[in-house]
Amino acid sequence: MRELRTEEFIVNMGPQHPSTHGVCRLVLTMDGEKIVKIEPVIGYLHRAIEKVMENRTYSQCIPMMDRVEYVTSMSCEYVFSLATERIAEMEVPERAKYLRVIMLELNRIASHLLFYGVTAMDIGALTPFLYGMRERELIIDLFEMTCGQRLTYNYIRIGGVSKDIPKGFEQKCRSALKVIAEKMSDYEGLLNENPIWLKRTKGVGILPKELAIAYGVSGPNLRASGVQYDLRRNDPYCIYDKFDFDIPVRYNGDCFDRYILRLDEIKQSMRIIYQALDGLPEGDVKNKKVKLTFKPPAGETYTRIENSRGELGVYLISDGGKKPLRVKTRGASFNHVQILPHFSTNMLIADLVANFATLDIIMPEVDR
Amino acid sequence: MKEVIKAVGHVFIKMPQGLLVTLKHLFKKPVTLDYPRKKKPMMPRYRGRHYLERYDDGSERCVCCGLCAAACPADAIYMEPEEGEHGERRAKVYEINLLRCIFCGFCEEACPEEAIFLGQEYEFAADKRNSFLWTKEDMLVPHPRKDNPFKKIIRRVRKVYGVTEQ
Repeated sequence: MRELRTEEFIVNMGPQHPSTHGVCRLVLTMDGEKIVKIEPVIGYLHRAIEKVMENRTYSQCIPMMDRVEYVTSMSCEYVFSLATERIAEMEVPERAKYLRVIMLELNRIASHLLFYGVTAMDIGALTPFLYGMRERELIIDLFEMTCGQRLTYNYIRIGGVSKDIPKGFEQKCRSALKVIAEKMSDYEGLLNENPIWLKRTKGVGILPKELAIAYGVSGPNLRASGVQYDLRRNDPYCIYDKFDFDIPVRYNGDCFDRYILRLDEIKQSMRIIYQALDGLPEGDVKNKKVKLTFKPPAGETYTRIENSRGELGVYLISDGGKKPLRVKTRGASFNHVQILPHFSTNMLIADLVANFATLDIIMPEVDR
Repeated sequence: MKEVIKAVGHVFIKMPQGLLVTLKHLFKKPVTLDYPRKKKPMMPRYRGRHYLERYDDGSERCVCCGLCAAACPADAIYMEPEEGEHGERRAKVYEINLLRCIFCGFCEEACPEEAIFLGQEYEFAADKRNSFLWTKEDMLVPHPRKDNPFKKIIRRVRKVYGVTEQ
């Protein structure tokens, strides 16, 4: 009797695949239903933002940085402003620092709410998507009210923020946070004990601690693998050392931990925003010395912050002119795509989708 | 027997409880909008389409200084100056390429005459590429100004909060 054997074949997942959050192509080598090898192909969303910024003045770079990662634009603006401020050794008004923290944390919540919805939709639950988008809208409205745009804000500027918050912002912000805090129990009730959700996520795609550290994984994905590392605490920037908040950690490193950790982070972000709103001082929101043709002295810096996906860094070189000599951005999603082949093999395509979704990869940050 | 009672209890108690949640949502105000028919009012600071402002007597505010074009990070603005009837400087050509514009609002902030500002409209769909190249005639607010209280409110609010100096 002839022996039956299977033959490996290659499947293209993407670039136009709804679960790849942008345009990422995964070349999968399959053996039956099992994945043998994964090869991520990136570069479909490359817009040469780093090169474009070399031909723009420092102020004009801010709207460009918005496009590096458009789900948490505020953090991208902030990291570029911070890098420039460090080169120029510039003072930032206290009120501006508080406003920055409020905006950064609001944006983190918005990003995690989007993650909550999109991940659940990728795995097959449709209701969470509507829930997540519904509450995200409250935060987007706050941004629209403050800076006039809903996705690419151009709000955090070098030396402060562009405008003060309008009247009624504080009250609206508090009521939005209250609504989100109420709805958190809905989110958890919908998925945390849902048997289908648990089967799809618990014990699936375990990312070991050593592998995560070796590949430079950062942010919630690293903390879900049991490493308590958050740049807000380990390398404090802005005024994060003034606030009282916890760094949530989970130890299994599977899809479920990566999901639940982000819900925990939403609660911590809300704590920070409440403290910042309570302690919001009066005063200027912008350093008046910064003009349109602002020239920092020659120098270079690597500045990093913790955005909702991990470590977002900018390596900025200034030659004393009005345009930066070189801007290199380091996005956390790049490392997360690289790590995908190393712990997602020998599983089904459906589980790969769960892995990809819970890593919270966003392609513009990978390709820039 | 116990299991049967439990199952019957599920059907007659648990399921109506679940359906009651659905029923409650039927009478709640929906969070979605019937979009093309109903539109969401944008916030006063929203940055939508461009307008070129006039003085009260109808003359253009823009003096074609080129600061907006210099501030534009997307190189979307092109302008050529000319001399007006009374010797004033004004724009002969003033074009904004909406396909390049990223609505960052730097032109509005840079303008020393408060001539250009970004309004509330946000639907720019068109079927020809040429129709995205907006000229001065497209952007100038009509004179005499049509009675549009909404637009006046925008101007007022923007003046109250001030345009930040860069």
